[in-house]
This record gives sequence, C-alpha cells and structure tokens, in this order.
Amino acid sequence: MLSIPAYIIVALVLFCIGTIGVLITRNIIILFMSIELMLNAANLVLIAFSRALNLMDGHAFVFLVLTVAAAEAAVGLAMVITLYRNRETINIDRFNILKW
Amino acid sequence: MSEYLFLVPLLPFIGFLINGLLLGRLPRPVVSFIACASVGLSFVIALLLFFDLKAMPADMRLIEQTLFTWIPAGSFHANIAYMLDPLSAVMILVVSGVGFVIHIYSVGYMHHDPCFGRYFTYMNLFTFAMLTLVLADNFLLMFVGWEGVGLCSYLLIGFWYEKKSAADAGKKAFIVNRIGDFGFLIGMFIIFWQIGSLDFQTVMAEAPHVFIAGGGLITAVCLLLFMGATGKSAQIPLFVWLPDAMEGPTPVSALIHAATMVTAGVYMIVRTNVLYMMAPDAMLVVAIIGVATAFFAATIGLAQNDIKRVLAYSTVSQLGYMFLACGVGAFTAGIFHLMTHAFFKALLFLGAGSVIHGMSNEQDMRYMGGLKKYMPITFWTMLIATLAISGIPGFSGFFSKDEILWKSFSSQFGHPVFWVLGVITAGLTAFYMFRLINMTFFGKGRMDDKTRKHLHEAPRSMTVPLIVLAVLSVVGGYVGLPHVFFGATNYFEHWMAPVLSGGQAASHALASGGGDTGTELGLMAASVLLVLIAIYFAYLLYNKSPERATSLREKLSGMHKMIVNKYYVDEIYGATIVRPLVYFSLFLWKVVDVVVIDGFINGLAGAYSDVSGYLRTSQTGRVRSYATVFVVGVVIVTAYFLFG
Amino acid sequence: MIDTVIFFVSAVIAVGSAVMMISQRNPVLSVLYFIVSLLAQAVLYVQLGALFLGAVLIIVYSGAILVLFLFVIMLLNLRGTEDLGPTGPAVSRASKYLVSVLLLVELVFVIKASFFSAVPVGIVDVAPSEFGSVESVAELLFSNYLYPFELTSILLLAAIVGAVVMAGRLRDTHQEEGETETPTTDVQIKEEV
Repeated sequence: MLSIPAYIIVALVLFCIGTIGVLITRNIIILFMSIELMLNAANLVLIAFSRALNLMDGHAFVFLVLTVAAAEAAVGLAMVITLYRNRETINIDRFNILKW
Repeated sequence: MSEYLFLVPLLPFIGFLINGLLLGRLPRPVVSFIACASVGLSFVIALLLFFDLKAMPADMRLIEQTLFTWIPAGSFHANIAYMLDPLSAVMILVVSGVGFVIHIYSVGYMHHDPCFGRYFTYMNLFTFAMLTLVLADNFLLMFVGWEGVGLCSYLLIGFWYEKKSAADAGKKAFIVNRIGDFGFLIGMFIIFWQIGSLDFQTVMAEAPHVFIAGGGLITAVCLLLFMGATGKSAQIPLFVWLPDAMEGPTPVSALIHAATMVTAGVYMIVRTNVLYMMAPDAMLVVAIIGVATAFFAATIGLAQNDIKRVLAYSTVSQLGYMFLACGVGAFTAGIFHLMTHAFFKALLFLGAGSVIHGMSNEQDMRYMGGLKKYMPITFWTMLIATLAISGIPGFSGFFSKDEILWKSFSSQFGHPVFWVLGVITAGLTAFYMFRLINMTFFGKGRMDDKTRKHLHEAPRSMTVPLIVLAVLSVVGGYVGLPHVFFGATNYFEHWMAPVLSGGQAASHALASGGGDTGTELGLMAASVLLVLIAIYFAYLLYNKSPERATSLREKLSGMHKMIVNKYYVDEIYGATIVRPLVYFSLFLWKVVDVVVIDGFINGLAGAYSDVSGYLRTSQTGRVRSYATVFVVGVVIVTAYFLFG
Repeated sequence: MIDTVIFFVSAVIAVGSAVMMISQRNPVLSVLYFIVSLLAQAVLYVQLGALFLGAVLIIVYSGAILVLFLFVIMLLNLRGTEDLGPTGPAVSRASKYLVSVLLLVELVFVIKASFFSAVPVGIVDVAPSEFGSVESVAELLFSNYLYPFELTSILLLAAIVGAVVMAGRLRDTHQEEGETETPTTDVQIKEEV
C-alpha cells in the first residue's frame, strides 16, 4: 500500500491542470471540462483523506459532489447552447457584453 | 356639572366634524342648525358652569378636568386638561355667547354664498380652538388653541380665495402671526427650562421662587410672551395684518378679528399676570406699546373710507387700550374692556355687515348716506354700539374705558402721560365713529339707483343678533361699576380677584388705584367732555357742512395723505423687511444654493464619475481575466496564511 | 509492489490525459482524453478502497455526463476548426501558467503543513472489508447525511428546470432586425432542432 500523500499530490497536480485549463483555453466547452476536472481532483483528495482517517464520511461528500457536478453540467451545457445560439461562437472572450 | 367641562369645547368640534366630513352632502338648514346648535349648547353649558363656579366660595373657584395625557416624555407631561376659573369663565361666556349670536347672524348673511357649509365648518373649528385656548390648563394646550385660531383666521380671511387680495391677506395674517408665535414659543421654552413644567398652576406657584423679581430672565420671558400677544392681538409692530383681514366675510371679522381671537393676547397676559407683575420693565413696555397702538391706530381710523377698515383700526386701537390696562397692572379692567368691547365691536361689525348686505356689497362709505330710513334697526343698534365705544356715560364702553383711563393715571405702574394719550384716543375714537355713523346713515344717499332700489333692512336672523348685542352693549357695563358712583360694588373686580391674587402677592403691592374720588370724577368728566366735543365736530364736518371737511382736508393735505396711507407702515415694512428678505432669499437661491451647494455636490459627483470612468475599464467583461484575478487572489491569501 | 506499479501507471495516465485534454483544439478529442483521465482516476479510487465511488465515477461521470458533453458538441456541430481569433500576448499566457504553478506549490505546502504534522496518520494497510462498499455508503447517506441527500434531489430538480428553460428558450434570437419578436410555438422549436 502506497502512502496517502502520493495520491494527494496527484490530486493537486490534476487540480492545477484544471486551473490552467480554465485560465488558458478560450473554448467554452474545454473550459467547462476543466472545471469538472478540478471538482474531480477535490474528490480524489476527499477519498484519500477518508482512507487515511478510516472514516466513510468523505465518501458521502464525494457522492454529493458528484450529484452537484451532474447538475452543474446540465445547467452549464444548457447555457452553452443558449450562448451559442446568440453568438454563433464558443469563444469565451466573445461573451463580454457584461462590462462597462 | 363640572364633569361636563370638556363638552364646552367638544361640542363645536363635533359640529365641525359633522359639517366638515359631510361637506356638501347636507342641506343648508341642517348645516346651519348643527353649527348654531353646537355653539349654542356649548354656551348653555358654559352658563351652567358659570353658576356652579359662582356658588363656590370665592377662593376655591376652580374646576379642573384632565382628559388624558397627551405627551408623556420623561419628567415632562403635557395633558389635555381644561381649567375653569373666573377668568376663563368670563372668556368662555364671551366666546360661546358672542359666537352663538354671530353664528345665527351668519345664517342670514351667508345665505347666498355657495360655500355655506365650508364657512360653518371653519366657524365651528374656530370656536373649538378658541375655547381650547381659554380653557387650557397649560401653556402647550393653550398654544394648540392659539395656533388653531390662527389657522381658522387664515382660512376665514381667505374664505373667498378666488380673490387674490383675500388670499394674500390670509397669508399676511398667517405669516405676521408666525413672527409673534415664535416669541411665544421661546418664552414657553424658557419657562419650561426654568420651572420644568408648563402647567399654569405650577408655573404661577413656582415662578416667585424660581425667578428673581425684576430680573432679566423674567423680563425676557414676559417680553417674549408679549411678542406673541402683539402678533395675535395686532399691536405695534405686528398690527399690519388686521386691517387686511377685513377681506374675510363680515361675521368673521366680527367674531375673530374683533370679539374673540384678537383678544387672545390680552387673555394670555392676564393669565400669566403673576409673571408680569414680577417684571415691571416688561409691564412698562406693554403699557407703552398699548397706548401707542391705541393712539396710532385711532389716527389712521380718522381717514379711512372703507367702513370695515375704520372698524378694523378701531379694533386695533381698542386692543391697545386693553394692553394699556394690562401694562399698568389693571388686569381686571383689561378683561372688562375685552368683554364690553366684544359686545359693541361685534355689534358694530355685524351692523356694518348688515349695511354691506343691504348696499349690495358696497363697502366704501363715500357711496353711502341716508341709510337711516332704509334700515332703522341697523341704525339704532349701531348707534348704541357707537355710543358705547365712544364712552358716553351709561353705556358699557364708558365704564370699562374709564376704568382703564383711571388706572393708567392712578396705578403704581401708571403715568399721567398714559392718561393724556388715552383720553385723546378716546376723543379720536368718538370722532371717527361718529364720522362713520354720519357718513353712513345721515345726509343724502350717494349710491347709484340700482343699489338704492335694492336697499332693504336685513332679515330677521340678522337683526335679532344685532338687538341682542345692543342690549348687551348697554347693560354689559353694569357688572363693573366704579366705586365712585355712590359706592357701587364692582362685581367684576370681585369676581376676578382670585385670579389676580397671585400676581399681587408676587409684586408685594396692590395694583388697584390710590387717588381720591374727586380726581377720579374730574378726570372722568374731562374725558366725557372731550368725547362730546369730538362728536360735535364729527357732526359738523360730516353731516351739517361737508364742504368744511373738504376744505379742512385740503388745509391738512400732507397729514391727511399720510394718514390715508396708514403712515406708510406697510411700505416701510416692505422696504425694510420684506424686500431685503426677498433679495436675501434670491441670494440664497442663486448663489448659495445653485452655485455653492449644487456646485459642491455636482463637483463631487463629477469627480467620482471621472475616477470611476478610469476604474471601470478593469471590468473587461472577460470571464478568464476575472478568473485569473481570482486565482491570483487565492495565491496571495494562501501565501499570507502559510508564510505570513 | 504491484500496487505501486498500478498507482504510477494510473497517475501518469490521469495527469497526462488531463494535460492532453486542455491542450486540444478539437473539443471531441478533449472529451475523450477527459474520459481516459477519469478512468485512470477511478483506478486510484479503487486503490483507496472507494469501490462504489469508483464505479459511480465510471458509470455516471464518463458514462453520462461526458456523453452529455459529446452530445452538446455534436448538437452545436463543432469540429475544432473554428477560428477563435488571435491568442493573447505570450506574457499574459506565461503569467497564467506561473500563477497556477504557484498555486500548486502553495497547496503542497498546505498539505505538508496540515496533513503530515497535525493529523494523526493511521493508515491501515488493508481496508476493512466493508470500507467503501455500497452498503456502508448507503448507510451513511440515509442516516447522518439524510438531509443533504434529500436536498440534492431538490437541487437536481432545479437543475432540470433550469436546463429546460434555458436551453429551450421560447424565443428566436436569429430573427431579422426590425421584426417583432413573436412568441415561438412548438413548431418553431422543432424547426430549430
């Protein structure tokens, strides 16, 4: 059995890749998936801690996070569809009318 | 009976509510019945209360009734409480009695007016406010009544508000009164500050212990209260509103601007006589202002041609007498004159109203004349009132005016100069009043034919009040016969004595006259003689040979012009007070408000707008840049917690 | 030993495919790489004893959510050939990488500071047999976490309503200018689809 920190390091790396994805990409769908990736990284941390502390509560959290992620995906994709319908683009930088 | 005291002011208020809330929905007879009945009932209750009071021993004549606490604030309590003592008993009888008579008169006088209901609503409200004023047992409630009558005065002066002059006159009365009320309020504040209570009983009992007699503070209080009185009672320098107030319907002039409201100042001074007796300097000021107003207004009255304006200046002049009486410490005489004046001046106004009614709303005496044969009742009743105001022995005015003159001569606060001016004023009064009588009722009719054809005696509802008041004008004086007349008892003075005992104790001296009987009779004879001479001159100039009046007028043209223009007081006020005020207001508007304040605010707003104009460019609308800033923030905060 | 190998292989696959995911132009490829990453993460889950959640991750996440992504991409007819315009200046891109790496370093420090010192690390090499099983997760969800669990149902309902309202907005925004916007009927929605 490997030590727990190894798993956590993996989770942190995944989280930062997600962050980079959010900051870098201009494709709204990839950006969206980056957010999902960050959520998953958090889930991995929860499971690792759960294992480390020998407590099942982390699993319940992860279950709830998965539900939220599913809901978020549904709403988010609906928004993407609406935005695309309005602007004919998936470039996030084009959706910038909410400014001065 | 005493538990019904609250009904006295309440009944007119109920009348006001019924007529006011159902304005325009009630037929005229009902309106007038409600209005008259409410005041009449209130008079009946006042009368019963008066007899109750009379049945009590002299020292204990006091009925108090606290309805509820109005303002409970810490140690300060203002109650809605009524107090009936000999002074307020006289006042409520005069107010409700004369008020009732005038209400009945109004039914006839206002018959043709489209705003019949509104008129009676105001009148009832006025009666309520006036009764509250005189029955209040503390300064604050009195002030409520004080402002209430001011409001009704404003409403009734401007009753015909379509007429610009009437609306202006209403505003003028209101604003001038505000100046006086300001003084009243400040005086009230000082009293509360020093004594911690506004109850009349407490204040009068505590004042001798709290204030130093003759000290600056008590003098200030008295002068400030007097300032309120000058506003309400039209004394110099705030008398300018009363002549203009004649724009209102004539019964209003009779009730508010002759008989009751304008005497509120006199009432207030008598009510607070304890304070005034402690401030001789203030007394002197009151006396000087009073006699000056009396004389000054009488001279203006000499040359007025509008019948109501003559009476208006006459009212100002007679109010001056009352203040003279108060100023020399003869409070009884002041109230006595207030009462008799209420009778004969109300009668004069109602008679004038009857004349105006008959003359198809003509008010200029130059277009009258010879009305005696058309309206005999009006003539005889007005003649009685004129004799009374002139001070012909046997009529009420003689007794009250003579008492004032005698007290102004003999009292410790008095001075012969007061007497001399008072007697000259009496002569002037007789002159202008008989001028009015002669110009109106004698000689050739100078009206046009249409008016002449229309001339008629007033209806019964108007003549009966005239007769009632004429009777009162004659007999009203006999309650206060002077001692010199065969040692007669002055019932009025005895009646009023309990109210004034506090003040006399405070000043450690009796205000009643010294002097001997011979002097009193001699002075009396002198004044009567002067009055008779004045009457003769009036007869000569305005009845027998009017051409002499014309030549006299030409000879004294400069003075005449000045008097006709009322000494240019309005113009002087306009130039010295109103116009600078207007310019100052313009300055405040154009410079202070527009340039300074608006400039500052707009400048501030502009500065914010400029700064935010630069700052808002950071809001790019790009989600990614926001996210970047967010992550940078997370990094910084985390770094702070890790290494900070 | 075999555990270690499995861990390294899965970790490398998870991180590698995540990097590939964010560096694709074509969103379809992106989604496929994300699925690969998720499968590798599921292996890590199982290694940590979370059998049930590992299964859920595969079934729900890669099976349902990412299929939804694919569906949307196909619906919008995206081919990865869209011109997204010029990228930002290099400095700005570099600073974004820098910030993210800084965040990673800091998070490592946080874990190091809290986990290794404060929390007692009682690692049991072999997990108890019921750990991570369906029964134990269900028991927790229906006892201690009953209210949050029920609340998620409301959340899901709200999400469904929101998605339907937004995606199926009854308004045609492609109408010519000047034309009044008419309330769109079912027929028009069908046309759009």
